[in-house]
Amino acid sequence: MGRVLLFQGLVGLTEAMYLWLVAAGLSLIFGVLRVLNFAHGALYMIGAYLTYAVFRAFGGNFWVALLVGPVLVALIGWVMEVFFLRRVYRADVAFQLLLTFAFVLILDDLVKLVFGPVYQSPPTPRSLSGAVMIFGSPLPTYHLFILAAGGLVALGLWLFLEKTRWGLLVRATAADREMARALGVRSSRLFTGVFMLGAWLAGLGGALSIPVRSISPGMGELIIIEAFVVVVLGGLGSLRGAFIGSLAIGLLHSYGIVFLPVFELALAYLVMAAVLVVRPWGLFGVREA
Amino acid sequence: MEPAARSGAGRAAAAAVLCAAVLAVPALFGAFAQYFALNVLLLMLLALSFNLLFGMTGLLSFGHAAFYAAGAYSTALLLRAGAPLFPAVIAGALCAAVLAAVVGAFCVRHTRVYFSMLTLAFGMFVYAIVWKWTDVTGGDDGLVGIPRMRLGLPGPFDLNLAPLRNYYWFAALLVLASAGLLHRLSRSPLGLALRAIRENAERAEFSGIRVRRTIFLAFVVAGAFAGLAGALLAPLEQTVAPTAAHWTKSAEPVMATLIGGPFSFAGPIVGAVVYLGLKEIIVRFTEYWLLVFGLVLLGVVLAFRGGLLGAAEALLSRRPWMSGPRTPAAASPR
Repeated sequence: MGRVLLFQGLVGLTEAMYLWLVAAGLSLIFGVLRVLNFAHGALYMIGAYLTYAVFRAFGGNFWVALLVGPVLVALIGWVMEVFFLRRVYRADVAFQLLLTFAFVLILDDLVKLVFGPVYQSPPTPRSLSGAVMIFGSPLPTYHLFILAAGGLVALGLWLFLEKTRWGLLVRATAADREMARALGVRSSRLFTGVFMLGAWLAGLGGALSIPVRSISPGMGELIIIEAFVVVVLGGLGSLRGAFIGSLAIGLLHSYGIVFLPVFELALAYLVMAAVLVVRPWGLFGVREA
Repeated sequence: MEPAARSGAGRAAAAAVLCAAVLAVPALFGAFAQYFALNVLLLMLLALSFNLLFGMTGLLSFGHAAFYAAGAYSTALLLRAGAPLFPAVIAGALCAAVLAAVVGAFCVRHTRVYFSMLTLAFGMFVYAIVWKWTDVTGGDDGLVGIPRMRLGLPGPFDLNLAPLRNYYWFAALLVLASAGLLHRLSRSPLGLALRAIRENAERAEFSGIRVRRTIFLAFVVAGAFAGLAGALLAPLEQTVAPTAAHWTKSAEPVMATLIGGPFSFAGPIVGAVVYLGLKEIIVRFTEYWLLVFGLVLLGVVLAFRGGLLGAAEALLSRRPWMSGPRTPAAASPR
């Protein structure tokens, strides 16, 4: 039994990695731009579709697709920030939310228009198609790859934010936007860069999901809701919160299916409601003044 | 100079024209027009209840379909159990109000960004429940065969609502009465308090308004009226499907309100007519009407934040379109 539990935990952590990539981008963008991007789930979905399209165009080379797909999503993020979001930074916060919501409607239907409303499921890359015996059960090698990729992204983001000059500027802007600007941070370029990075993370999540989860137009709305639960849990704007929150929700799902299959879905919401009552600003968030 | 639409007489005239138009539909047009007009009226009510939170209070709800569906499903269940129509509809609205009280308890404590996020999340939670709780809600298939029989009022008022025309009278009167109530509410002390919160929540708190409690009250009232719109849908369609709870349904009052203009009471009314009229035309050309409305919403957010009524008002008073005192830039800085 103990080994089964450990194995189930590993599966939960794998699922958590997709969530982490989306929640990280969402939280990063909110921390710096103070905009909650409702279209972040749509970017995840676009990432999956574009990566799949590149995968087919390049004769089934998964690695090329994985490299190119998320970059294309970052370019969509560039268009969103430079041509649209930038015009509403001075408007009421409701109109910023409405703008990203408009992109949910547009991107969702655009994907259906271009790729059709049906499910697609590309194969796992051959080099990662096997399975490894862990805790007495076979775990697909691809799951291990996902775990490594999610961990690498977390490490990379941490190094970027803590050790580089750009990271310093990002942290300074997140902490005090006016002061950072007064000290010479070129905030408009920084905003564009952060939004593109967030979009790239969502796109990467989508790209990594295609060998194991089928692609469908509804995949964006599912993950954005879960990402909302994660950022409520961890605190909006906190990357550490997004990471721990994703792991918690992933584990909650994988153990919930085993122990409380009927309430599996409600579990995450119950935890979210409990956090909202006890610590409304999230486990790692900062209390709003 | 005050534009005519803003003066008391102009407003009363507009309301009279609206009522006359609504009540004239069954006399002038056939079943399709009545059905379409009822759909417009239900969206009107849903959008008015949405705008109680958005236009007046500055809170943007992306989960309004949850209350709409709560009203629709509870009324459908009651009607299938043999309840008379009028009590079933009222009970549906009350069920939605109870759900709004539970959801609202979590949503109103937070900043406006959190509010929008949580309403969407709880809205999709309700959708998931509707989808999975097959024993009660019928799951994917929804509830079918909802009867539309007697009204359930005493004596001569116990109308038979099976003919669409009779149901039209009943539903139209109820929607118009609700719109009147909501209008009264917007001029009441509660309405003024909500506006004060929109302009500056902190200052409102200091001047003695209990901000959270006031917002909570508005949330429950909005939920009740959204539930009433859903409750009136169930006997109209005689089926209820899970799409009533989906976030794309929540998007409809958002788009109707933004198109009409969120900063005047009549905005959602005008918006509901324009939105459903446009949709009726667009679906004849493409099934991707959400894409079209997404682009419309984008345009509204970027250039016409006052919607159609805001633009008309600016035109009448010869102000530049974006610089009226009621534009969103004047709203609270949070």
